[in-house]
Amino acid sequence: MLENLIEVARHGPKLLRAGAINVSLLFALIAVGFLVGTVIAVVQVYGGRPLRAAARGFEWLFRSIPAAVLMMIFLYGPPRIGVGKIDPFLAATLALGLRSAAYQSQIFRGAIQAIPTGQMLAARSMGMGRLRAVASVILPQAFRLSVPGWSNEFSSVIKDTTLAYLVGLNEIMRQAKTVYDGVHMRLAMPTLIFVALCFLVATYAGNYLLGVVERQFRIPGLQMPGSGRTMEHSH
Amino acid sequence: MSPLLRVEELHKRYGSEQVLRGVSFGLEKGETKVIIGPSGTGKSTLLRCINRLTPPDRGRVWLEDVEITHAKAQINRLRAQIGFVFQSFNLFSHLTALGNVRIAPMRVLGLTKEQATRLARAELRRVGLGEKEDAFPAELSGGQQQRVSIARALAMGPKLILFDEPTSALDPELIGEVLEVMVSLAREGMTMLVVTHEMGFARSVADEILFMEHGVIVEQGTPRQMFTQPQHARTGEFLHKISELYGEAAS
Repeated sequence: MLENLIEVARHGPKLLRAGAINVSLLFALIAVGFLVGTVIAVVQVYGGRPLRAAARGFEWLFRSIPAAVLMMIFLYGPPRIGVGKIDPFLAATLALGLRSAAYQSQIFRGAIQAIPTGQMLAARSMGMGRLRAVASVILPQAFRLSVPGWSNEFSSVIKDTTLAYLVGLNEIMRQAKTVYDGVHMRLAMPTLIFVALCFLVATYAGNYLLGVVERQFRIPGLQMPGSGRTMEHSH
Repeated sequence: MSPLLRVEELHKRYGSEQVLRGVSFGLEKGETKVIIGPSGTGKSTLLRCINRLTPPDRGRVWLEDVEITHAKAQINRLRAQIGFVFQSFNLFSHLTALGNVRIAPMRVLGLTKEQATRLARAELRRVGLGEKEDAFPAELSGGQQQRVSIARALAMGPKLILFDEPTSALDPELIGEVLEVMVSLAREGMTMLVVTHEMGFARSVADEILFMEHGVIVEQGTPRQMFTQPQHARTGEFLHKISELYGEAAS
C-alpha cells in the first residue's frame, strides 16, 4: 500500500496541473453563472411580462437538462448551426456556467424578494431610474443575503468541473484515470483518494473564504427573514 | 403668481374601488398644508399620484410650469425635486445614516463623494443626528430612522416635501422628535404637504388643512376655521374624534 502511495505521489504534480484546469473552469463558470444569474433574477423580479417569461424559460431549460447532456450540446451544437467549431473549454464554461446561472438566479431572486419593497419606492422617489435603484440599493443587499445559498452552489459546481472530461479537457479526473487505467488498477484507490482530498481541500478553502467575505460585508440588521440572527436595537 | 404645486382633478381607481374622485388643490412656495381624513380615503394614494409612484388614471399635476403627469415628462428629474418621506421610513438597510443621505445626491445629482458627504453631514446635523452618521438603520430608533429619512429627502434640495403619515409607525415617545424637525422645516420656509393625524402639528404650522373623505376634499381652510367653524358636519365630527384619539400634546 505504501509503495502504491509513493507511486501516486510521483504523479502528484501532473494531477495538480490537471487540477488547475478544474480551477480555471470553476472561476470561468462561476463568473458566467454569477453575471447571467443576476440578470435572470433581476428580470424575473422587475422585468415586463415577456422578459419574465423568457427568464423563466431559461431557468427551466437549464435546471432540467443533465449537465453532461448540456456539455455535449454545447460542444457539438455550434458547428451544426453554423457557428463553427467551439473550444472545449468554452463549451464546458457555457454549459456549466449557464446551468449554474439558472440555480444562482433562484438564490438571488429569493434575496431580492426579501428586501422590503419600500426601499425600491424610496429610491425611485428620489429620482433613481429602475436600473440605477437595482444597482445601487437592491443588489448590494441581495448579494449579501445570498452568501449562504451561494456557498451551497459553489460547493456543487466545484464538483461539476470533473464533467469537463466529457468534452475532452484534461482535467483532474481524466488525468487520474491515465494513472491507473487498465494497467495499474492497484493504483486506482490511492489515486482517487488523492483526487478526493484535492476536492475536500478546495471546497473547504472556498467556503472558508466565503465565510470571511460574509463576515466582512455583514451589516447589522440585514438578514434573510427567519434566519434567526436577531439584532438588538441600540438607541 | 402660479403655485409651486398644482393638482387638478386627480382620479385613481384600484380594481372596483374608486380611491380618488377628482382632487384639486394648489400649494404656494413656502406653504405647509396638512391633509387629514379617515383611513382609506385616498390620502396616501394622493401623495403617491403627485410624484407618480402610483400612476393616476386621470387628472394633472404641475410642478411650477412643468406637467408631471405629461406622458413625456422626465419623471426622474421631477421626482428628484420632490422629497418623499414614508410612514415606514424605507431607509436602505445596507447603508449607514450618512450613506443613506448621500447616495441620491451622488447617483442622481452627480455630486462627488466628498461634496455629497459634506452635504449629508450638514443635513444630518440639521435633523439632530450629526453623531449618528455611522449607525446602520437597524441600530437606530424609529424616530431617528425617520429623521435620517427626512435628512435624505433634504439632501436633494427639494422644492417641496411630501410626508406620508411620518409619525404613524412610531412609538408615542418618539413622535415628538420627528414633529420638532418638521415644525422647524416649516418655519424655515420649506414647502410641505403632510398627511398626518397630528392635530397639534396641523394647528401650529399648517397654512391650510384639507379634510378628505371618500376620495374627495370635503373641506379646506385655515386651522382656525376648521377647528372653530367647520362648514361640514363631517369635518367637525372627524376633528373632534381625532383630537380625542391623538390628543394635542405633540404641539
